[in-house]
Amino acid sequence: MSNNDAFIILTGVSKHFGPVVAVDDINLTISGGEFFSLLGPSGCGKTTLLRMLAGFESPTSGEIFIDDAPMSEVPPYQRPTNMVFQNYAIFPHLNVRANIGYGLRYDKLSKAELDRRIDESLEMVKLPGFGTRRSEELSGGQRQRVALARALVKRPKVLLLDEPLGALDKKLREEMQLELRALQESVGITFIFVTHDQEEALTLSDRVAVMARGKALQVASPQQLYNCPVSIEVADFIGQMNFIDARVIEVEGERAVLEARGLGRVRAVASADFVRQGAQVVVAVRPEKLSLSYESSSDGRCSVQGEMKTAAYLGDRSHIYVTVDGCEKPLSVAAQEVESSSGQPIERGSEVWISWADESLVLLPVA
Amino acid sequence: MGDAQGGGANRMREVSYIERSNRPLHVYALMYLAFLYIPVLFLPLFSFNDAVYAAFPLKGFTTKWYEQMLASEPMFAALTNSIKVGATTALLATVLGIFGAKAVTRYRMPGKQPVVFVIMLPLVIPGIILGVALLILVTRLGINLSLYTVTLGHILISVPFAMATLIPRFEGFDKSMEEASADLGANAWSTFWRVTLPMVFPGVLASYLLCFTISFDEFIMAFFLAGTDPTLPIFIWGQLRFPLLLPRVLALGACILAVSFVLVFIAQWLARPGAIRSLDSRP
Repeated sequence: MSNNDAFIILTGVSKHFGPVVAVDDINLTISGGEFFSLLGPSGCGKTTLLRMLAGFESPTSGEIFIDDAPMSEVPPYQRPTNMVFQNYAIFPHLNVRANIGYGLRYDKLSKAELDRRIDESLEMVKLPGFGTRRSEELSGGQRQRVALARALVKRPKVLLLDEPLGALDKKLREEMQLELRALQESVGITFIFVTHDQEEALTLSDRVAVMARGKALQVASPQQLYNCPVSIEVADFIGQMNFIDARVIEVEGERAVLEARGLGRVRAVASADFVRQGAQVVVAVRPEKLSLSYESSSDGRCSVQGEMKTAAYLGDRSHIYVTVDGCEKPLSVAAQEVESSSGQPIERGSEVWISWADESLVLLPVA
Repeated sequence: MGDAQGGGANRMREVSYIERSNRPLHVYALMYLAFLYIPVLFLPLFSFNDAVYAAFPLKGFTTKWYEQMLASEPMFAALTNSIKVGATTALLATVLGIFGAKAVTRYRMPGKQPVVFVIMLPLVIPGIILGVALLILVTRLGINLSLYTVTLGHILISVPFAMATLIPRFEGFDKSMEEASADLGANAWSTFWRVTLPMVFPGVLASYLLCFTISFDEFIMAFFLAGTDPTLPIFIWGQLRFPLLLPRVLALGACILAVSFVLVFIAQWLARPGAIRSLDSRP
């Protein structure tokens, strides 16, 4: 009887290449039908972890269970997983139909069933009529679809995707993200998706594991990752954040009062054990959680005065950098236009007030 | 071309800077080809000359040397021997080369570099040394000299060429192709036949033809290792002692030349990009 909440279990999985520790003691539980991403910079071990799931590498220690079966003795060709490779690995000597049908030969299907399955999967990836094309006659996006069809036609329990959208241009990539998500919902199997693009991971996933140096730093939903990162490293990797050194003055239940550099006395939610009286912590806050005005806030929000230094125009918004006395780096504040919330344009060098709500401050341990 | 007029339209060229023709390079290319092929072309020329001695002026056209050649039983026997030895050598050397090249390019193993070095060594060892060494070995082991011993020697000198032809082919394709095959359910054997071999096939063919040519041409090893059955080069060597038989040898040489050209053209044609398209279109 398969346990759907713990469909894939990794217990203490490590991989060493000589002296290099590529994957370091990973413990993960992934449920059936989940869209799960491994996110991290290159060299963080995400691809090695995926290759261990596929069976191309075996763990130095630890065990991987898929649907309750231990995988270490199972070769790639007998695993219930299929993979979409980073470069798609479309067989150049075969046409699209033969590529998609490649793995079905081992499933002992009748000719009619085989043709039906191939047609079905061509339909699914929106490439009907492309069956006789060669891989060199396909665009990058089409190759990607063929790679998807070739893997999904085998009806795997788990689909592994190794940065499949990396080679596509931005517009096509965004299109494919939506399609991929829709596809995953329609086939209902577990997708494990490797990417270094945090936006992509947040867009697609039910849950994301942020990896660095072979370790999983945080495993959480995109919302949790964005709003409540557990460390400076995670916060820094997911979007942009302002970090301010602070010391805890006192803790009263859920509430903490801190002395933050440049900001003075601030209140925040005491989220974890490390927020103890007297402890050094880091206050983190997203640029879009800060707002600008020419006056000190009157609605009870905390505020601090600073000087507008420079602005970065990002199209849909601007990031305004404000130097605050005592803060090491200028604070980044997101604004729709380069104007304060009161509607006046902000000029370089003008005195402004930055304000925020207590709940928008996140407390992180010192790195 | 047309530069002298200096018109604006003439300067608007279809080709990029790097593709523009270059007169000195043309001349060089022609001289190169002439140097390479004119000496060889004397062979067919004199083979149709109605004189025993290969010298100018030409005496007149005849095909009698070809008739004599075709009537020569020992020549055909030697030719058959050479084809047998060449075909076997090419097959075995290429098979060994495929396994060797796959091992060298795909597996992590200790002492790989020294092994590759040892495999490639016959390329630089003089044939006469290898020939003498093999002769000593074979006679010590009490094996009679025959076409088999010649084949053995030829495989030894052909394998490095097979490896050198095949290794770039193996390196040239992404190992994720083989991983994709394994991922889709193919075991190692199946992956080899359905992905690896088709992908390296042009290299296999090139290796086969190259090894065949090496064996077909080879004289020194055959000289030491052949028993009573001569290969074609040994037979030709024997014929050269009789001046009257020289025109016949020229006719034979002309024929070999023609066949070689055809073989090279076939090899080039087979190895052209996309030539292996329809090898395995079945799902």
